Amino acid sequence: MARLVVLGGGVAGHTAATFAAKWLGSQHEVVVVTPNSKWNWIPSNIWVGVGQMTREDVTFELAPVYKKGGITYKQAKAVSIHPEGGENHEKSFVTIEYTGQNKAGETEEVEFDYLINATGPKLNFGATPGLGEGSQIGEHTVSVCTADHAVHASQELKKVFEKAKAGEKQKILIGTGHGMCTCQGAAFEYIFNIEHEARKAGVRDNIELKWISNEPFLGDFGMGGLHMKVGGYVVSSRLFAESLYAERDVEWIIGAHVNKVEAGKVHYELLDGSMGEEEFDFAMLIPPFAGVGLKAYDKDGNDITDTVFAPNGFMKVDADYTPKPYEEWKASDWPRTYQNPTYKNLFAAGIAFAPPHIISKPAKSPNGTVINPTPPRTGMPSGIIGKAVAHSVCDLITKGENAHLHEASMAEMGAACVASAGKGILDGQAAAMTVYPVVPDFDKYPGTGRDTDYTFGEIGLAGHWIKHILHHLFIYKAKLNPGWTMIPE
Amino acid sequence: MKVEELNFAKEKFNTTMIPGKTARFFRTCLIWQFIRFVVINIKMIIVVGKSH
Ligand SMILES: Cc1cc2nc3c(=O)[nH]c(=O)nc-3n(C[C@H](O)[C@H](O)[C@H](O)COP(=O)(O)OP(=O)(O)OC[C@H]3O[C@@H](n4cnc5c(N)ncnc54)[C@H](O)[C@@H]3O)c2cc1C
Repeated sequence: MARLVVLGGGVAGHTAATFAAKWLGSQHEVVVVTPNSKWNWIPSNIWVGVGQMTREDVTFELAPVYKKGGITYKQAKAVSIHPEGGENHEKSFVTIEYTGQNKAGETEEVEFDYLINATGPKLNFGATPGLGEGSQIGEHTVSVCTADHAVHASQELKKVFEKAKAGEKQKILIGTGHGMCTCQGAAFEYIFNIEHEARKAGVRDNIELKWISNEPFLGDFGMGGLHMKVGGYVVSSRLFAESLYAERDVEWIIGAHVNKVEAGKVHYELLDGSMGEEEFDFAMLIPPFAGVGLKAYDKDGNDITDTVFAPNGFMKVDADYTPKPYEEWKASDWPRTYQNPTYKNLFAAGIAFAPPHIISKPAKSPNGTVINPTPPRTGMPSGIIGKAVAHSVCDLITKGENAHLHEASMAEMGAACVASAGKGILDGQAAAMTVYPVVPDFDKYPGTGRDTDYTFGEIGLAGHWIKHILHHLFIYKAKLNPGWTMIPE
Repeated sequence: MKVEELNFAKEKFNTTMIPGKTARFFRTCLIWQFIRFVVINIKMIIVVGKSH
């Protein structure tokens, strides 16, 4: 009997664990180590953050689902990986620390034959003074990155709306809280959902909305933007993003590195080196992401974290990490199998793998401050990678060490993404987008880097319906309800 | 007065494109959006199919 341990029960880890358990059956064991007792459909946190959904709408208990799936569930966080084994262990093992199941604080060493690291991001609020400490959010701003954060955000937003209703002018600032953030799409959704709700509540006239982000242009989204065919033209996402901001009266500050947050005020540096300040009554700033800080040790207990992980804490996989200038970046730099090059029984999936470089054009201010979005690894690529890695591990277990590994390069896969711009069955709107491929390939598609036959975007009520249906569909799938394997990632 | 043209007065918005009445109407027009719903789903299924 072989044992696969999956670290992280988010989009990538849950997909990997559930498929692996199904494919391996009861002859082998799949263990999930994840610190939360509940699964969260993160994209819908946006609607929780504007009071249109509750925490219960976007989460469910993991234990019964893992029981149904035949998966061993350990409510714990991984602390260190020991790929060579160690004292009392011939086999590889991972040290975990329980966070629940009546064992909080207890540690355990779990042996494995294969390990998938799908621990997602550390929400690195501590990278910006005043934004928070470590992975804890501070008191000056709110977040929608977790369901609990989103509930708090909605309570604070309610107070702002009440003041606006009473005739007090309110200023809302939404965007990224550092020059090297990703996930601009989430902030984009949040600002337009607030705008939609403010109009519905009749308080829009008393609310000033402002966007602040590290993108070099609106619509970059950490992917260098995208070009799509509209009305016979091929146009940049910048035109569409600017159009939406102008239509909804949302001013923007872009190319900004937020370097300090105080009560009611952010300080920032722009790409041209100038400094600025912006006041706010309510702010939601996405923190930068880092790896969750797992350590790695060899058989003798020597620290080999640098061998297994990149300096940003994400796990090294089969990417080409050779530093090279932007002009020399290639689609082939991106990983295909997500296997660690040193320890072949370690894999990473979703946000946890270290990308070879960013996707957007790198940029620095004259003061040397890096201000560019880091690469997004959204739900669909995270799910597809999780499934591909699970497939590889299952083949390695059932067919032997030389089994062919499954591939899922972000430079060869597309992504469908629906960005909500307001919730409502009859008056909601969302920008429905697809990009193909996620990482542009300028050799294959000179000019835009992408296939414009499969890269499109449009805003409307239909997009909202799709977003709403996806909410139910993905929660249905994650609960392993009948037919779950038929629903694509 | 055309509402959509008001926002052009702001310097930042002056060089953008702002949808007019018709474009905005179609965004929430049920019949049109139902057609778009079908079209977008087909497009997404193709991209999802190409990615797996
Ligand atoms: C507000 C918001 C809205 C978004 N909207 C969209 C959207 O509309 N569409 C889209 O495609 N993407 C969206 N995304 C991005 C999407 O959520 C991510 O791409 C996706 O969650 C990444 O999956 P993952 O499995 O890598 O990480 P996660 O889903 O974050 O999962 C990581 C898991 O690892 C666990 N973990 C952490 N530390 C440890 C540890 N030490 N040991 C074990 N487990 C650990 C975590 O608790 C978590 O369960 C959004 C993100 C945010 C924040």
